[in-house]
Amino acid sequence: MSIRALNIHKTFGNYKALDDVSLEVPEGRLVSLLGPSGSGKTTVLRILAGLEFPDPKTGATIEFHGEDVTNLSAGKRGVGFVFQHYALFKHMTIERNIGFGLRAKPRRERPGDEAIAARVKELLELVQLDGLGKRYPSELSGGQRQRIALARALASQPKVLLLDEPFGALDAKVRKDLRRWLRLFQEEIKITTVFVTHDQEEALELADEVVVMNNARIAQVGAPQDVYDNPVSPFVIEFLGNVNRFTAGVSKPSKSQATEGKSVLYVRPHDVDIRLTDENPHDYAIRSKIQHIFSAGNYARISLDRIGYNEPFEAEISREKLRQLDLKVGMIVSVVFRHIRVFAKGQFKESNVREDGQLVEVAG
Amino acid sequence: MAAILSRVRHDTYPKTDNAITEPRLIRWLLILVAISFLGLFLFMPLVAVFVEAFKQGTKLYFATFEDKYAVDAILLTLKIAAISVPLNLVFGLAAAWVITKFSYRGKSLLVTVLDLPFAVSPVIAGLIFVLIFSTTHGWLAEPLKEYNIRIIFALPGIALATVFITLPFIARELVPVMQAQGKDEEFAALTLGAGGWRTFFTVTLPNVKWGLFYGVILCNARAMGEFGAVAVVSGNIKGRTSTLPLYIETLYNEYNGVAAFTLASILSLLALLTLVLKNFVDWRVAKSRNNQDLNLSLFTFPPFTRPLAALPHEHPCPQHP
Ligand SMILES: Nc1ncnc2c1ncn2[C@@H]1O[C@H](COP(=O)(O)OP(=O)(O)OP(=O)(O)O)[C@@H](O)[C@H]1O
Ligand SMILES: [Mg+2]
Repeated sequence: MSIRALNIHKTFGNYKALDDVSLEVPEGRLVSLLGPSGSGKTTVLRILAGLEFPDPKTGATIEFHGEDVTNLSAGKRGVGFVFQHYALFKHMTIERNIGFGLRAKPRRERPGDEAIAARVKELLELVQLDGLGKRYPSELSGGQRQRIALARALASQPKVLLLDEPFGALDAKVRKDLRRWLRLFQEEIKITTVFVTHDQEEALELADEVVVMNNARIAQVGAPQDVYDNPVSPFVIEFLGNVNRFTAGVSKPSKSQATEGKSVLYVRPHDVDIRLTDENPHDYAIRSKIQHIFSAGNYARISLDRIGYNEPFEAEISREKLRQLDLKVGMIVSVVFRHIRVFAKGQFKESNVREDGQLVEVAG
Repeated sequence: MAAILSRVRHDTYPKTDNAITEPRLIRWLLILVAISFLGLFLFMPLVAVFVEAFKQGTKLYFATFEDKYAVDAILLTLKIAAISVPLNLVFGLAAAWVITKFSYRGKSLLVTVLDLPFAVSPVIAGLIFVLIFSTTHGWLAEPLKEYNIRIIFALPGIALATVFITLPFIARELVPVMQAQGKDEEFAALTLGAGGWRTFFTVTLPNVKWGLFYGVILCNARAMGEFGAVAVVSGNIKGRTSTLPLYIETLYNEYNGVAAFTLASILSLLALLTLVLKNFVDWRVAKSRNNQDLNLSLFTFPPFTRPLAALPHEHPCPQHP
């Protein structure tokens, strides 16, 4: 079931929480809503669920599979909603929790007790927690609770699954595991899913498409790789992944970019190349001092300081390279920004610095 | 030097883990004051009631219950409680619901008005009802006379005054509980297709049941014990509109000490029972709270059902060239 939400405005008192937000999710896809705290992600999700309604007379429409659901109440929309803090019914057993939606159906549609029990068992197996049905939510770990919340949301076979920072309250390890599990799970049952998070890593890893939100508006929409590689605004490039930021005029490369007014130069840490100083230097080599080295896994993260400018920045190189160059804290090295983005006059210009020290603008 | 240092150490790190510690003498003094107050104003009167009641033996104690008026007073008090407690149960739930689950203009006014019965002297509350419903000089005297309805000096008036006096009890107990509860569970019920009533009875109510129970017993204790407002509206007619507290006063004024204290001992027992039940509720609530915080390390992760290669890449950023 596809989702289409057009021209959503939402005001709380005088505060504009959503300012003309439009969103489309193709059938069976997983879309991440990503943005800083307070950007309006939860509000979008709650409006999709029917727990909140768009401002009247602003021309908002919400369609599920072409069918207008704008004025339908939450219970009639057929959505599964998973809350950040689980919102399991504390005084009911897990079985009762999962079966709640089936029991709440109008008498004509309500399945019999046996059918409900069978469905509950099936769902417990689906979330791989069979055998815990007789427990109470307080007797489960956070990760288990969230999977039960998911099972409960899926019990009535919703057409749409909405998850509001479902792993936000869990620790990093469990979070990562559950994230993958959800990904596999979603691929398997192919339910149209919107997933809210403020964790960019989570969004990029999970989603078919990322919707980046900022200040009540949508900042950019696209495939994770695409949004990461081709950000349209300083907000997006700074919000997604690590990036070094230099204000114009200070760094050499930006001088050559005939800039007027304010411009900002961005370099991703993995586009920073480190060489030993005696290797053939060229115009775009920057002498810097190593401040700190941290290596975990395959990558080493190196904090550097541009000599004479007091501009700290970060580089990410492979561990292999770290070993080859035998870098140590305090060493003076030569740094080349292989790929740079300059934001000026409302748009990005991308350039590569070639091995021979030539600056080549990237078309597009 | 070392001595000074050790003293400084001692001063900075008192032995008790209480950050606020007073010198021992003051502490004992405070405890003494508190205990003597409790003894003087709470414990002694309670004991006195029972001592006076049994002063002339158990036979006379139980003889009191053969007095027809005493039985009538007890029955009337039970009736009043049976009317006003359910009414306030419904009102308290509705008020707490309206206060905690929605936000709107004038909400703080509603909360303030809810406290009015606490702020107004019961006698004045009673007088207001007389002013409105009296068949001789009340605002509604004409229609009441026309339809021959008696409110003042009759059971409806007593019930009305009691409902007014006990109005805040249940709502006041429920508001903090419902606030702590939040709205997520109700929203969850809503998205699962449950209607308003179903959500209320299967989700909201079970979550606040102990707060509600405590509110009800407090409300009941007050409803049975109310004197001032009831004295004004009831007219205190023996055998007709005399509630237990009113009849106790009558007996006392008639120098019938034993009977007065015998009936007073019933109300005292009610108070003690209320406290026991309150403690029971506190204990239950503490128990369920402990349960919730229990962080069992039961987390077992499901085995992956597909080869790991199918997993998304570990690193969030694109690969380096
Ligand atoms: N019911 C409400 N009443 C008033 N303001 C609200 C309400 N709900 C949300 N807001 C405001 O709208 C803005 C967006 O809130 P929202 O919950 O959608 O943010 P979010 O992107 O989900 O943030 P977070 O990552 O912190 O959950 C916030 O400034 C919030 O204060
Ligand atoms: Mg949120």
